[in-house]
Order: sequence, then structure tokens, then C-alpha cells
Amino acid sequence: MPQDFLIIGGGVVGMAVAYGLARRGRRVTVLDEHDGSLRASRGNAGLVWVQGKGSGMPRYAELSLQSSEAWPAFAEELTARTGVELEYECRGGVDLCFDAAEAEARQKQYRALYAATPALAAMRWTYLDREALCEHLPGLGETVHGGTFSPWDGQCNPLYLLRALYAACRSLGVDYRPATPVDGVEATASGFVAHTPVGEVVAPRVILAAGLGARRLAPPLGLSGEVRPVRGQILVTERLPQGGRLPSPQIRQTASGGYLIGDVLENAGFDTGVTLETLHQLGRRAVAVYPDLARARLVRSWGALRVMTPDGSPLYEASRTCPGAYNLSCHSGITLAAFHAGELAEAIDSDCLATRYGDFSGARFDVQATG
Amino acid sequence: MFKRLDEAAPAGEVTIWLEDAPRRVPATLSAAAAVLWLDGGAGYRDHAAGGRRAPLCMMGVCHECLITVDGEPNRQGCLVPVTEGMRLTRQRRRP
Repeated sequence: MPQDFLIIGGGVVGMAVAYGLARRGRRVTVLDEHDGSLRASRGNAGLVWVQGKGSGMPRYAELSLQSSEAWPAFAEELTARTGVELEYECRGGVDLCFDAAEAEARQKQYRALYAATPALAAMRWTYLDREALCEHLPGLGETVHGGTFSPWDGQCNPLYLLRALYAACRSLGVDYRPATPVDGVEATASGFVAHTPVGEVVAPRVILAAGLGARRLAPPLGLSGEVRPVRGQILVTERLPQGGRLPSPQIRQTASGGYLIGDVLENAGFDTGVTLETLHQLGRRAVAVYPDLARARLVRSWGALRVMTPDGSPLYEASRTCPGAYNLSCHSGITLAAFHAGELAEAIDSDCLATRYGDFSGARFDVQATG
Repeated sequence: MFKRLDEAAPAGEVTIWLEDAPRRVPATLSAAAAVLWLDGGAGYRDHAAGGRRAPLCMMGVCHECLITVDGEPNRQGCLVPVTEGMRLTRQRRRP
């Protein structure tokens, strides 16, 4: 049976859109790479996070807020379909500040960001000093200055999210093909053809959700390949009793008890390794935040590459030269998953991406666009 | 269940304490190997989520051999050589 869509990339972005399209009755094939491929979807910390996103692009802040609002129903529906618990919760989150200068800069940034559009007035946030934070983060270290609290922030288990998306897609008849790397995509008279080592796959419309693979796959279709790798490293502790602490980008305790420690941005090319220097830095900061972790044993660490656009905001675009080709890139695949499965999939399905989300096109990176 | 090879080099022994009972084990073993050698894999560990576990890889990767060594919980037993007087406590389900 002919397919309606071909999606290149089986990470959390590609699978969320595949799920959204399949739920709308579309026939979808997803071509995915290998377990050893670059996979931000399997290396991230699992925050469903709103605060701070969208500086310089208020529409991105609006999408983050909108997706956070859609997340509870999205998680509930996925669990109902698949039986997979996502360990999702939204009790608020705190982005920590370690000194007065950082606290001042943060508040200035948020005041400007959340005054930018009327829709963002709904975004509540407060700066809490160390004493006020202790209620949300029991056992907080004395060297922490304070942090910004927002009730919209939460967390999930990103691996269970991905697993639930695979299971939901399978139950909806999505043709998911692992270990099928795409060498290139070409426009044909009737749509598109993807060349793979195991043969050609055709469909009338194609969606690139290829992460860093867009660098290679997007330009031939008239789409932007301007994404670069930004490495993060994560350090994981042994399982510890639940501390009743809200998540933060710097550290969060998972439902199974381990603490995930991260939040570094590194330019390391395509190297997904870890470095002793950064792991030391992460360990020191974790102990500064929660001194009781000084005796915690570490069980794991890993590095992974974020998919970063030049301005850090998502890229959603429809090709002008090859109608029916779309390109999706972002480093907020977890937070935006509910939006991707909902309104974004709907906009692609009805071919309204350019009109509804024109701000997110890669044209904003062209020199001409900025005069 | 676990037997030392006849041709294994003879090694001295040490006394370790397993759940407060003194036991003699070959000095070349790791804590995990010592427990397997003494009592086998049954009852080695309860996972925090409830399941029963026992050492699998014995080379520092799988974390199935977690055990309390001298009062410190969640040590990787396969990476800790036994020493004279070491106290091992197998980790049971949290009450």
C-alpha cells in the first residue's frame, strides 16, 4: 500500500511527528539508523522545560509553554495506548543561580522575555533566594545564591517516552525500519525517493527529522542544513531515597532514585565521549547544590550531542524548491514532543507549515534575511 | 555450584564477615566472587524495584553485583578484592 509520508529519523522528534500523523490516519514509514548512531534522544536529561527558552524568539517561548500545557494529556494518552509509564510530572522547576550577578542577569533576561508578547503573560516565574528555595529543594547547599522557579517546568523519563512513541506508532501501523540509514533523498515526478543500502523507499511527501544528519540530507532538498553538535555530559549517581526536590537543569533525581547531573555546553565536534575535567566540574557543582551527595557513588556517565541551530530555536520549514519536503530540527525534542505530535503534525499534514510557523524557517539564517 | 579449578594457583585465605558470620575464602577473590563461591547466586541481592538479582558480567559493567562493603552500600562487588576482616552485607529489599 502506498505510504503518505516518509520520515527520515527515528528519534524523539521523528517519532512524535510519526505518531501525530498516524493518529490522523496517515500511512507513515520511518527510516532510522543504528543503535550506535548519534542520538540526542537517548542521551538527554529528560526535562520538560519552559523557563528561559525563547530569548530572542518569543514564538519559541510560546511553543514551549503551549507544549508544557499539552504534556499531561499527551503523556496520559501515550500510557493508555501502550501501558508505558513515562514518569512524567510537572510540579515546577528551578534554574539555579550561583551568585548575585547571575541572579541579576537571569531576572533581567526573564523580564524582557516574558513581556515580549501577550501570550507570554501567562508564564509565571519568580526569583527565590536560597532560604525560600529550601522548601522546594530540601538540603540545598549554602553556596547557592537562589534560582528562578516556574510552575510550568517538569520532567519525564526520556527513554520511556521514546519507547512509548515506538509502541504507539507500531500499534497505529507505522512502518518503522531500524538500521536503515539514508544516503540521500531525491525529488521525483511523484514525490521523493530515499536511497538506502537496503534499497529505495518512496513516498509523496518526506519529513527530515534527522538531527545532525540534516547537514547532509537537507540542502539538496532546498532545506537548511545549519545545525551543529553541542556536547553535553551527564553523571549519574547510585539510587538514593527520594529527596522531594524539584528538578533543575543542573541536577534532577529520577523516579528510580538516581541523580542525573549535567547542563554543560561543549564544542567538541562529533566526539560523544566524556572528559575527566568536565565530570569533576559536574561532581563539584552537584555537591555544592546538595552537599549530602558528597558520599554518593557514581554509577554511570555519558556524553551526547545536542542538535543546535544557529540561534538555538527550533527549525520547522517546508521546502520551496521541492514541495512536499519538510525539515524539523530542535534541541528541545522532549519538551516539544506534545506540540510535535499535536499541532505540528497537523500543520504538516495540512501543508500549512510555512504559513503557521513561517518564523521558524531556515530562511532566518540567510544573510539576505537580515539585510 | 562454583568450584575452583584444580589447576588454579594455590592462594592464601582470608576471613571475611558475611552477614556477621566469619567465612574463610581464597584471598584472590573479589567480594562478589567470594559470595558466589560461598553461597551461589541465589539471594545475592534484591533490586530496589523488587526483583532478585545476582552478578552477571563480573567485570564492572552491569552493576548487578551491588553489595554493602564495610558499611558502604551499592559497591560493585566484582571490583572490590576481599581483604582480611572485610564485612559484606547482601542488600535486601528496603522495608
